[in-house]
Amino acid sequence: MSTRHVAFPALLACALALLPAPAPAAAEATRFDYRLAPQEIAPGVHVFTGLREDFSPANGGNIVNTGFIVGSTGVIVIDTGPSRRYGEQMLAAIRRVTPLPVVLTINTHHHPDHFLGNQAFPAATLAALPETQRGIQKDGEAFNENLYRMAGDWMEGTERVAPTQPLAAGRRTVGGRDIEIVALDGHTPADFVLIDHASGTVFAGDLLFHDRAATTPHADLAHWLAALERLATLPARQWVPGHGDVTRDAAAIAQTRDYLEWIAATMREGAESGLDMTEMLARPIPARFRGLAEVEREYRRSVVHLFPAAEQAVLEKAHAR
Amino acid sequence: MRPTTVLALATLWLCSVADAPAAVPVAVHASTDPLDSARWGDMAKTFFAGRTVVFDARVKVVAPAIAEDSLNVPVSVDASGLAGVEEVLVFADFNPILAVLRFRPVKAKPALGFRLKLQQSSPVRAAARTADGVWHVGGTWVTATGGGCTAPSTGSGSPEWQERLNQVSGRIFPRSDGSERLRMRVIHPMDTGLAQGIPVFHIEELTLSDESGAELMRIQTYEPVSENPLFTIDMPAAGTRVRARGRDNNGNRIDAWVTQ
Repeated sequence: MSTRHVAFPALLACALALLPAPAPAAAEATRFDYRLAPQEIAPGVHVFTGLREDFSPANGGNIVNTGFIVGSTGVIVIDTGPSRRYGEQMLAAIRRVTPLPVVLTINTHHHPDHFLGNQAFPAATLAALPETQRGIQKDGEAFNENLYRMAGDWMEGTERVAPTQPLAAGRRTVGGRDIEIVALDGHTPADFVLIDHASGTVFAGDLLFHDRAATTPHADLAHWLAALERLATLPARQWVPGHGDVTRDAAAIAQTRDYLEWIAATMREGAESGLDMTEMLARPIPARFRGLAEVEREYRRSVVHLFPAAEQAVLEKAHAR
Repeated sequence: MRPTTVLALATLWLCSVADAPAAVPVAVHASTDPLDSARWGDMAKTFFAGRTVVFDARVKVVAPAIAEDSLNVPVSVDASGLAGVEEVLVFADFNPILAVLRFRPVKAKPALGFRLKLQQSSPVRAAARTADGVWHVGGTWVTATGGGCTAPSTGSGSPEWQERLNQVSGRIFPRSDGSERLRMRVIHPMDTGLAQGIPVFHIEELTLSDESGAELMRIQTYEPVSENPLFTIDMPAAGTRVRARGRDNNGNRIDAWVTQ
């Protein structure tokens, strides 16, 4: 204990001595700046690519991909980011591209990094699949509190705003843009996918992870794998994953499928051989997945999410004999 | 806090490996706690007043450094590095109810896997009492966002559990070294009494025995054990069936056979 108390101020003093003194006003202005820079991946189709990290006070929750599509009469927004500040800065970035009104703001699913920027957008434009609306109503505040813990002051002033407009699958013209909504599930109970037909862009939400380990707190792996099969059949020239870089080939689908199949098999085999959860947590990650960002952390989270059902199936089967 | 903790543990390990005495006897004093917990002094008074206590790296407690789910924190304790363990007590310094469970290994390995509820970040410790009466304490810090002990159980909010209360599912797994592993789950809400309007309701006792009726292990569980408790127990080959008998604090009985 004494070591810590002595060492820490000394370290701090050293670190301060090495740094140039910041101008206080400038420091404040850049403090909560996500530095959102949209990338135009096809005419009128823009993406903000997040970091391949977990939530932290350093990144303010900017770990997610969001985007917008500019039509002839309006703008479609796909996900709003992890905080009020992110939503506001996202809208400001959209305004630097187009003066057209936002006509539809979609939350692809009910995870906090995809809807906590909703406050910045016109309430009447907020829309989601019905199960996502329910999820945000039910768990949104708890998610918000948890992100305050994980990302800190970036979250200041953030409140859960649930979308009121239910979305249904199908093709339609919105803001002068030919889009199609595909309603899937597996990452969560409802996962929204959008096809922009003019550009062949598919916004896959968190059904697709690219060079970043998939997260599974509300996953149904069998449904998710079925959803990936469906994604592979869509008329796509490029894919926007929920996390990781935009890609022009289907390799991200194969990568996400490979990882989820391994997770499912690992849970099943571990349960069948009688492993305890702490032994499951200690298992090494196969070499082919070690390049996925956050895989060590996400695998362990997935054990906690998914192993109980796997072991229960094995124990109840034995008991029924 | 973490770097200090790790350093202290590492030091303890080095001592026990390099020096002759495998355990390092220390006085029961807050400043000697390898986990540097402000609550250690109280733990010592509560559980070990008048007894000899040593911190001992041979009592292993394995748990995730960060709890993904405060209601179900997986923990394995293993005191098989010590000879003649008669009893093991598990507790969490910062839980509102300190004691998690107690077990007498009898014929089984002095080790147990289970899950517990954590109200906040806390050391999770196992204390193993050897035949000479000495308590050997090991442990690890678990960071948790909390609420694990004051949240209502899923069972308390659902009518179905009443029909399945105290139902046992389980299986005996043969191990490659010729021993056996028992994994079993009991349906029970394990309500702590700390969630408003929900009275305390938990399994108190669970005894495992072989077909001849000889006792294999005896477990006493307290409120912080997770809902629908699941135990992992290693033991010498005990035959094809193990009987699990016990009761909760309302006198409801548990009685089931677990097979291969």
